[in-house]
Amino acid sequence: MSDREKRQPETLDTARMASTMYDAASRVTAKQDEKAPRSSSKAEIAERSIRVQAERIDLAQESAALVSAGSVGATVSFTGYCRDEDGRLSALELEHYPGMAERAIGAILDEAAERWPLLSIRAVHRYGLVKPGEEIVFVGCASAHRQAAFEAAEFVMDFMKSKAPFWKREHLADGSVGGWVESKATDEAAGDRWHRL
Amino acid sequence: MKLAYFAWVRERIGLAEEEVVLPAGVGTVGDLIAWLKGRGENYAHAFESPETIRVAIDQEHVDHSEPLAGAKEVALFPPMTGG
Repeated sequence: MSDREKRQPETLDTARMASTMYDAASRVTAKQDEKAPRSSSKAEIAERSIRVQAERIDLAQESAALVSAGSVGATVSFTGYCRDEDGRLSALELEHYPGMAERAIGAILDEAAERWPLLSIRAVHRYGLVKPGEEIVFVGCASAHRQAAFEAAEFVMDFMKSKAPFWKREHLADGSVGGWVESKATDEAAGDRWHRL
Repeated sequence: MKLAYFAWVRERIGLAEEEVVLPAGVGTVGDLIAWLKGRGENYAHAFESPETIRVAIDQEHVDHSEPLAGAKEVALFPPMTGG
């Protein structure tokens, strides 16, 4: 068992998820082996971490964990926050589809790891109540050179918006529960420029 | 077969999940939505615009033309708004 495989279960909530992740990780390995290596360091395969959680995201820890090897030369991270919409909102409530949320994010990360020479890729998505100023989502990519990390991070976010099973509902400043956030055509279309998953 | 509903689909129907036995002739996801729509006002409301409904079979995204054969769990939900 590689070091990467040994470390992975620490990021997973249950044994069932661990087994899903092992499958997904092997799939990345297999796909990469089928192709011509992108660089001379063929042995390096993206280390992957997925978390779906109600708790706050430890941004410093996630960013630090991206630097998984001495060969990392660039990291790009994105953090999405809850806005208060000019004081209108007290929180966003995120509903999710447990199990599928992890799988869908895993598929997006697999696709990114297949398209770009990444050394590490991490995603965390929260569910439950998220207050303005708090983070909702974190995506981080590490690569030897910056272009791969920049592009992969944007790719992952574009697909996270339209393929990861999460739904936002507004909680209003007056204490009432507002409506479900409608999907934006621009978010739905954003994935198209990368071609279909 | 288990059906799971999320967000406003869940709210309009009034259930998070249920077990159903499909009648003959319901072969695809599109057929399923059309059948569900006829099960009452709450279902009719949830599926009033079938084209907006997103579907996953056993936690994988599928199109409305997808056959249901072999499916254990079918989830029906609005377009996703995470991220």
